[in-house]
Amino acid sequence: MTDTTAHTDDHHSQPKGLARWLFTTNHKEIGTLYLVFSLAMFIVGGAMAMIIRAELFQPGLQLVNPEFFNQMTTMHALVMIFGAVMPAFVGLANWMVPMMIGAPDMALPRMNNWSFWILPFAFLMLLSTLFMPTGAPASGWTLYPPLSLQGGNSFAFVIFAIHLMGISSIMGAINIIATILNMRAPGMTLLRMPLFVWTWLITAFLLIAVMPVLAGAVTMLLTDRFFDTSFFNAAGGGDPVMYQHIFWFFGHPEVYIMILPAFGIISEIIPTFSRKRLFGYTSMVYATASIAFLSFIVWAHHMFTTGMPLGASLFFMYATMIIAVPTGIKIFNWVSTMWRGSMTFETPMLFAIAFVVLFTIGGLSGIMLAIVPADFQYHDTYFVVAHFHYVLVTGAVFAIMAAAYYWLPKWTGNMYDERLGKIHFWWSTISVNVLFFPQHYLGLAGMPRRIPDYSVQFAEFNLISSIGGFAFGIAQLLFVWIVIKCVRGGEKATAQVWDGARGLEWTVPSPAPLHTFDTPPQVDDSVSAHKDQLA
Amino acid sequence: MKRTNELIVGLAMVAVITVITWGVFAVGDNMTPGVTPFSRDVYQLHMVVLSTVTIIGILVFAAMFTSIYLHRKSRGAEAAKFNHSTKAEIIWTVIPIVILVVMAIPATRVLIDMEDTSGADLNIKVTGYQWLWQYEYLEEDIAFYSAIDRDSNAARQIGSGISPREVDNYLLEVDNRLVVPTDTRIRILLTSGDVIHSWWVPDLGWKRDAIPGMVNEAWTLIEEPGVYRGQCAELCGKDHGFMPVVVEAVPPEEYRAWVAEQTGEQTSEQTADAQTESDPEPMDRTALMQHGEDVYDAHCASCHREDGSGMAPAFPALAGSAVVTGELSQHIDVVVNGRPGTAMAAFGQRLDARDIAAALTYTRNAFGNETGDLVQPADVEPLIESRLDESLASTEKPER
Repeated sequence: MTDTTAHTDDHHSQPKGLARWLFTTNHKEIGTLYLVFSLAMFIVGGAMAMIIRAELFQPGLQLVNPEFFNQMTTMHALVMIFGAVMPAFVGLANWMVPMMIGAPDMALPRMNNWSFWILPFAFLMLLSTLFMPTGAPASGWTLYPPLSLQGGNSFAFVIFAIHLMGISSIMGAINIIATILNMRAPGMTLLRMPLFVWTWLITAFLLIAVMPVLAGAVTMLLTDRFFDTSFFNAAGGGDPVMYQHIFWFFGHPEVYIMILPAFGIISEIIPTFSRKRLFGYTSMVYATASIAFLSFIVWAHHMFTTGMPLGASLFFMYATMIIAVPTGIKIFNWVSTMWRGSMTFETPMLFAIAFVVLFTIGGLSGIMLAIVPADFQYHDTYFVVAHFHYVLVTGAVFAIMAAAYYWLPKWTGNMYDERLGKIHFWWSTISVNVLFFPQHYLGLAGMPRRIPDYSVQFAEFNLISSIGGFAFGIAQLLFVWIVIKCVRGGEKATAQVWDGARGLEWTVPSPAPLHTFDTPPQVDDSVSAHKDQLA
Repeated sequence: MKRTNELIVGLAMVAVITVITWGVFAVGDNMTPGVTPFSRDVYQLHMVVLSTVTIIGILVFAAMFTSIYLHRKSRGAEAAKFNHSTKAEIIWTVIPIVILVVMAIPATRVLIDMEDTSGADLNIKVTGYQWLWQYEYLEEDIAFYSAIDRDSNAARQIGSGISPREVDNYLLEVDNRLVVPTDTRIRILLTSGDVIHSWWVPDLGWKRDAIPGMVNEAWTLIEEPGVYRGQCAELCGKDHGFMPVVVEAVPPEEYRAWVAEQTGEQTSEQTADAQTESDPEPMDRTALMQHGEDVYDAHCASCHREDGSGMAPAFPALAGSAVVTGELSQHIDVVVNGRPGTAMAAFGQRLDARDIAAALTYTRNAFGNETGDLVQPADVEPLIESRLDESLASTEKPER
């Protein structure tokens, strides 16, 4: 059954304790580090969200002053995007990509160690600005000048932290590309790769393309702020809108960096629990690639109100609307995969189904936002806040949760507590909708985003939204407990774990030994996760 | 267990449907149709797209939940083998494209209409500052600032003890409203004196960014008299949430009367200004202190607080401040030219010598700063002028 060699575990002495984690070059251990780090940042960013929702619980300022409120919205976004969601996907890639393609490890193991260990320092630096005299950045995560240039000296720490995160991401991306292109087992052709591997391959190219753009943008902010350049200073011949163009040329592919791996995860989970192969595998691959391509030519839809020329507005509106087509294909394919399957509803499948429904809601509000004249009303309101939390929380985060439940038995060798998992699912799904759905109404009724206080007409929905927020926050503590409980013990998992699961990762024992596939397996259609029967 | 699951699912559905129905029907929180031809077009566009995507969503979810109900293992469903269908895939690529094209056509038409700002009867220039708006009527020689009204401002302070519910139009009222005529095509020019702001009144149907160094254009034609409220929509710093926009649309004849009243007032003020400019008249202590307090409350108090205590560290206290109680020339320089890289704006571009002198006198003699100094407009004037010269010189730089 398995080509895995358990004896390689002890052929050299393993460092113990902290040194083991500091010096590890093993993809599974680094994957664990990434995932634990991501969970810690999810709690930190979540705590900031709780402060935001507590202040917005009722009209009037009760808890924090507006300056600190702006620091919270800014840091919440930076921590969640760069600290929670992206490292979680990199952690999943580290754990799963080598096992899914039959490789013994990542192609560049030492660089892998380094790309992780940069992150804790980057975030230490970012979070330390909260305790500096001039405070954390308060200009929103987009750091639009001239506002961001009004920040104090702590701004330099923020920029350096972003540079470090970028370096970490680029190295991670290079490693993933090198691994996927060079280390596939014999017979693992590109069109036999699991969709999670495919989506990560495309994501990694997006990362390499856009992280340097972000680095350039924030470096220009740095020199404008500290060295008297005028890239974005109108009085010196610069242009504040140019920053927005550069930033969103990074920023829009960035949002797909946070959703494409999620598509991959869902495309693994739905076939498993439908006991049926993924519908339209090839079209899924092409749809992912088209979405990635389109992500480079839609950036200015974040800027419709900056006063763009008519032709540019029309171009970016049409290009943005076209994204609905490949995204629609994905959703129809998932539904067709379920159609006439033999479904069971364990926790990973529940999260995957919630992903399809709630991500679709986020996608549909995205189509509304693409319509330029209507965007003149939606832009910078809570409608946008609702939209991107539907795609990021019930999209990316729900996919990560689904992945955690799906692969935890493989990682730990223990089944998680299914009863607690279901409670976590229902509690999260109900509360997240109570949290974000009313925000659509707030936006349509005219509440701008990033305000610490609001007119009394918005009181009811803010109250509901805050209650949902607190409930969703508590639910995630339950998730932490479920993970700890699963790591400590529980019903032993088989190698197969889920009876409908296909793919190489299910051919190795649970827990997966430290070294897998020292001898590459032979792959054909009988073991590959997906197969398109081009009849 | 199975029964409890079904119960939970049922309850979840009921909760979702309740929230949605309550939102749409009981509270009626939808986009406003507004009071301009453009806002009505936008509203219709919004409703068409919203209905379309809702129907698409319902169809997709219906298919999925049917499958979830029918094709479950617990009902003994056997998995089928198919995993591909070219015909189906072509259908669900083509149909969405058709739907998108149908939505794009009216969207394009409305957008083209919006972008044509020609043929305006009235031009108003809007300048955003942290955190108030300046309105200039280009044809009428009327200009004024518009900031959040005193009642809202008092109530919104932490620990103010005033309930927002007891304040009329909490956070949505200003001291000076933008008064405009109805049934008149108005072109609005937007720019900013410091950071990016965004001018938004939902009833007019659009928002547009006010960007330093750029002038954006938009237009409106208000059909119904009334008071229309909005807010700054682009994060612009600490008091972004406290920068309302209030437009009062009145019939044209009433507007003419308002203009006459304003220009009458302004002319007398301007004659006074003209006098001070040619020969800055010294003001006495009471006049300086009184006017200084007004200027301070309008332009300085949002950061430095009404009692001069500031909000450390970003907004330093003025009470006992080394600058405020120190050498006068340095104090004038900071206020006129600002402190680059901080939120301290260059007030030399916003206020005249009389206002600045009064505010300087006030801060040097209030909050326990008993310097006894009187600052006269004549002391401030030279710096404002040199500031103008410098900015002229800097615009000529490329040619050197």
